Amino acid sequence: MHESAFLIGQVFNGISVASLFVMAALGLALSFGLMRVINMAHGEMLMLGGYLAYLTLLVVPGPLGILVAMPVAFLGAAFLGGILELTVIHRLSTRPLDTLLATWGVSLILQQAARNLFGAIGVQVVAPTWLDHTISFSTGILSGLTLPDTRLFILLVAALILGGVALLINKTRLGLYVRAVNQDRPTAAALGVNARLVDLTVFALGTGVAGLAGVILALLGPVTPTVGQSYIVPAFLVVILGGLGSLVGTTIASLMVGLFTALIEIYVDVSVAQVLLLVFVILFIQIRPQGVIAVRSRALEG
Amino acid sequence: MKMKKLGLTAALLASTALGLAAPAHADGTVKVGVLQSLSGTMAISEVPLENAELLAIDQINAKGGVLGKKIVPVVEDGASDPAIFAQKATKLLQQDKVVTVFGGWTSASRKAMLPVFQRLHGLLWYPVQFEGNECSPNIMYSGAQPNQQALPALEWAEKQGYKKIFLVGSDYVYPRTANLILKKHIAHDGLTLSGEEYVPLGGTDFSSIIAEIQKAKPDIIINTLNGDSNVSFFKQMAAAGMTPDKLPVMSFSIAEPEAKAMGPSLLAGSYTSWNYFQSLPGQTNADFVAAYKAKYGADSVVDDPMVHGYEDVMIWADAAKKAGSFDPKKVRNEAVKLGFVDSPLGQVKFDANQSMVQTGYIGELQPDGQFKVIWSSPAPIKPVPYDPLTFPGKSCGLHSNF
Repeated sequence: MHESAFLIGQVFNGISVASLFVMAALGLALSFGLMRVINMAHGEMLMLGGYLAYLTLLVVPGPLGILVAMPVAFLGAAFLGGILELTVIHRLSTRPLDTLLATWGVSLILQQAARNLFGAIGVQVVAPTWLDHTISFSTGILSGLTLPDTRLFILLVAALILGGVALLINKTRLGLYVRAVNQDRPTAAALGVNARLVDLTVFALGTGVAGLAGVILALLGPVTPTVGQSYIVPAFLVVILGGLGSLVGTTIASLMVGLFTALIEIYVDVSVAQVLLLVFVILFIQIRPQGVIAVRSRALEG
Repeated sequence: MKMKKLGLTAALLASTALGLAAPAHADGTVKVGVLQSLSGTMAISEVPLENAELLAIDQINAKGGVLGKKIVPVVEDGASDPAIFAQKATKLLQQDKVVTVFGGWTSASRKAMLPVFQRLHGLLWYPVQFEGNECSPNIMYSGAQPNQQALPALEWAEKQGYKKIFLVGSDYVYPRTANLILKKHIAHDGLTLSGEEYVPLGGTDFSSIIAEIQKAKPDIIINTLNGDSNVSFFKQMAAAGMTPDKLPVMSFSIAEPEAKAMGPSLLAGSYTSWNYFQSLPGQTNADFVAAYKAKYGADSVVDDPMVHGYEDVMIWADAAKKAGSFDPKKVRNEAVKLGFVDSPLGQVKFDANQSMVQTGYIGELQPDGQFKVIWSSPAPIKPVPYDPLTFPGKSCGLHSNF
């Protein structure tokens, strides 16, 4: 394999990993930006998405199963997120530390529920055969480079989700309300925005996106009761690095984390790369505590 | 009056204390400890192992027990945490006064329990394949030593004509030590090490490692990943077009239950090296599999560590009968003198160094989730805890101390 092909391959891998992170972190960034709620059960929404994909594939086997699973997982996770918001998060909205603890409890309950329902050992979700191909280059400086269809598909889905959410926030009336509440909750409420409903909608949207991401992650990883835990740490990292609550920031931070790991892994092994990534994030936050994009918000300033 | 009451209390207390200290087999029963992770990450593997150990105890009790005593298992949860393993081992030996303990899975759990068993003069039966480089008089190591799993795998790969070997593993003591030994033998046998990569336990991203593999173009991958990371690895290898039929993978931590959970379609055609497969021939194995399925469900599968856990209990009972005692030291001394016994694994025995003499098998995963045995060592392999190439000058013989 040509050196440059290897390097380009690593850049592609970095972007691919970034696309996974952005999907895992998007919901977290949304709900944190709006409500200052750290949802420790966010990883379990990814897990739920994986299990919903498994169940959907039992009902709709065949090539289109995965496409059906995505809306199912979105709705399922959004529904559960809505219930979580109504029963737990809303009631603790003035006590951020308690939400941390309560959502952590919810996360443990959901993990155990999955274990009891489906067994500790996990379930099988197989990528459809139409994703079984790779694009390979055999000539020129790109000789030896292979781009798996699965990863290209995930990139596409991540771009669509990101675009969809960006449109929703920037172009719709709901988005206007979200931005208004985000900037100044009391004033928005005084002007007639139902801040309560905005909270609920955004939280459900965030968990729904996580559910959808869970389906995508199942194409490349396991579906087990604890799978959410392996993505939640990088997701938090991305949210903090990106600037709390910023969509653009989250996207840029995902790319930074993905590319940093992929490129550093050319020289060191994965374990060391993880250490260096954390060092990088700590240094970055030291220099720029507000993250990549500073969000102007009364709630953060006050 | 007051003095009398005090005396009575003292007497009562003393009798309670006496009751606690009474030998475990005073009333026609004998207590043994079963210490596996029933919760946490490792529960996935250790609960079935606990099941197999309890099955053996049931079967022995059904035949009248040992030395006229019924075996009562005291089950404790190690909770996938080495510190809890050490704490529960202490509790079993000191408070429950068990005569022996069956348990442990990860090397970390074994290393945490070792000082407890040495200090309290207990005997632990450890059923899982491990990295060797340890030899304690207080542990019976029935799982494979490196020369019974890793080296037979390398020997087989060499015979297949695979020359360039790529090592992938989880980043902890077992893969690091196993690969250290493998690298010595790869160099010694004139083969090429085309790469060596580790991911943290539970790691899910293999994109860079796969790029390294594509660049290095190895003949075979030797995989010491643990748990869920395997699913990510095989899924991402398949996505990159490198399925096990195109690039062979030899795994050391994938047995029947893992294959069943990960989906045989993903792994079909990959290889693994163990001392037991559910598909092994022989009546003893057929009986064991049938008994396990009867107790734990027709769709359950059994694997190498489970059978080692089962056989540990059986050999402990035989050794106690021979010794005419449950004293851990006497049982241990008899266990290493029992000679070959028939087991689901075939003919096995404990060697003087307290590890098991057993046959090595290479299996190829079939689409139904079972392994087809495609190679076996010509004879049972003697266990070598210290690989002579990697740890020269260290050896492990018959222990006289305890």
